[in-house]
Amino acid sequence: MTTRTIAVVSAGLSNPSSTRLLADRLAGATVAALRARGEDATVEVVELRGHARDLADNLTTGFANESLQAAVDTVVGADAVIAVTPVFSASYSGLFKTFVDVLDKDALRGTPVLLAATAGTARHSLVVEFAMRPLFAYLQAVPVPTGVFAAAEDWAGGGDRALFDRIDRAAGELADSVAGRPVATGPVDPFADPTTSFEELLKGR
Amino acid sequence: MQFGIFTVSDITTDPTTGRTPSEAERIKAVLTIAKKAEEVGLDVFALGEHHNPPFFSSSPTTTLAYVAAQTSTLQLSTSTTLITTNDPVKIAEDYAMLQHLADGRVDLMMGRGNTGPVYPWFGKDIRDGIPLAVENYQLLRRLWREDVVDWEGQYRTPLQGFTSTPRPLDGVPPFVWHGSIRSPQIAEQAAYYGDGFFHNHIFWPPEHTQRMVEFYRRRYAHYGHGSADQAIVGLGGQVFMRQNSQDAVREFRPYFDNAPVYGGGPSLEDFSSQTPLTVGSPQQVIERTLGFRDYVGDYQRQLFLIDHAGLPLKTVLEQLDLLGEEVVPVLRREFAALKPAHVPDAPTHASLVAAAGGAKDTTVHAPADDVTGATAEGAVR
Repeated sequence: MTTRTIAVVSAGLSNPSSTRLLADRLAGATVAALRARGEDATVEVVELRGHARDLADNLTTGFANESLQAAVDTVVGADAVIAVTPVFSASYSGLFKTFVDVLDKDALRGTPVLLAATAGTARHSLVVEFAMRPLFAYLQAVPVPTGVFAAAEDWAGGGDRALFDRIDRAAGELADSVAGRPVATGPVDPFADPTTSFEELLKGR
Repeated sequence: MQFGIFTVSDITTDPTTGRTPSEAERIKAVLTIAKKAEEVGLDVFALGEHHNPPFFSSSPTTTLAYVAAQTSTLQLSTSTTLITTNDPVKIAEDYAMLQHLADGRVDLMMGRGNTGPVYPWFGKDIRDGIPLAVENYQLLRRLWREDVVDWEGQYRTPLQGFTSTPRPLDGVPPFVWHGSIRSPQIAEQAAYYGDGFFHNHIFWPPEHTQRMVEFYRRRYAHYGHGSADQAIVGLGGQVFMRQNSQDAVREFRPYFDNAPVYGGGPSLEDFSSQTPLTVGSPQQVIERTLGFRDYVGDYQRQLFLIDHAGLPLKTVLEQLDLLGEEVVPVLRREFAALKPAHVPDAPTHASLVAAAGGAKDTTVHAPADDVTGATAEGAVR
């Protein structure tokens, strides 16, 4: 049985965090959906709050310290990414964006991604579409069609299963885009022997 | 092994006094620092090239020619020469001229430059950084090695029948290092030609330097220049010393906290543990520097950055005294004792002349009017 690695990036700040709660729901649903498709998965969670200072340091120094580098490697080397941010001032949080900012621009090229966001009210419900999706389009990641937005009221449960149906649909889409693909081999080694010979570089190709 | 200093020529406010030196003052200070480097027994002085404030060093060969005239053993180098935005023809001319004036005490370190606007100011595009470095350096090599060059490329006007003068001293071009923090393509370029590779080694974790140097060594061997441990490696480093390490930390902290390149980020302590920055006693600098060999192997050149971030001249000269009296003599002895015989020293003009089978006069005498330089071709009316 193929085992996949699903990296979860959660930019929630409080504890307990509804962002993390949503992230865990999405991760659980994705693992279940992959198992239903005959594949296993392990989940690696990156809580950005724990890297808040590391990220600020990376902005000034230009390099990730050991702890942040481990988190970056986890995300970049995963078969799929579940990215969840709280909404701050009508967009993804600065912490979330800073993490994206320190990734190499090609780091998530072709990676299936599930986009999700949380907010206090439903007023921000399109933030996944107007803020997160363009960001991941720039990264040339492959976001699944269904984004998941959860406002505080969505956790009320009761008769309304809209959020949970949406979680299952998005997780199913993520599992579909992962299953059957080659297993991720981790970050590209920039110090591997070059594939273009120096003579070719000299010829301007 | 060669030991020396490199400077970026920044004009920075001293955060402890609020005073900012004038260009005139800082230029004279750097000359004093260079001369002092020779006096205390260091081997190399390397000067950066920049084309924007707060840096003064837009014209390194002018400065280095002055230093050459004021010194007798000091090896003059650059940190770095912009191979992307300079015309390679002008580099060939300027540095061959400097080589003559300095009796061969010249080498260069090629760098791409990371100041975005400098590229358009010089008519180039930063996205072409690597291809510019590749094309320009190939032309530079030919200009130094071939008396008459016909050339056509992407980035400058073609040359027909061009002779770069003066020809390199004794027929031997200056040795070239290639500096890069993070681009394997530049390490590949250095390896391809059998040139030196320099890692600035002051802003990033040592593991990163190690991977770049390992790559360069492997590719150097791949291109048949020798075994991997014979490749020519240089490292930067940044130190601040006082006899008592607590004094060093106390005195350097305001400079670190306010330096444009460090301020606002990790603490001095964190940065010192994550990068090779060493602030402490001379003994601590000795131990840390000897440790560099553990991850890059036996190497040929160690340069220290000691004069940036607004440190006053007096303090910099004290750092040079400590380097010359206490640090470098020990490093010389210890590194020499560890180095196997088959690992070469950094090439110098003397060693390159010897390797070329002796000095040659390669002056190109044009079939022309000696006074006006006019040729028969040019005289056609």
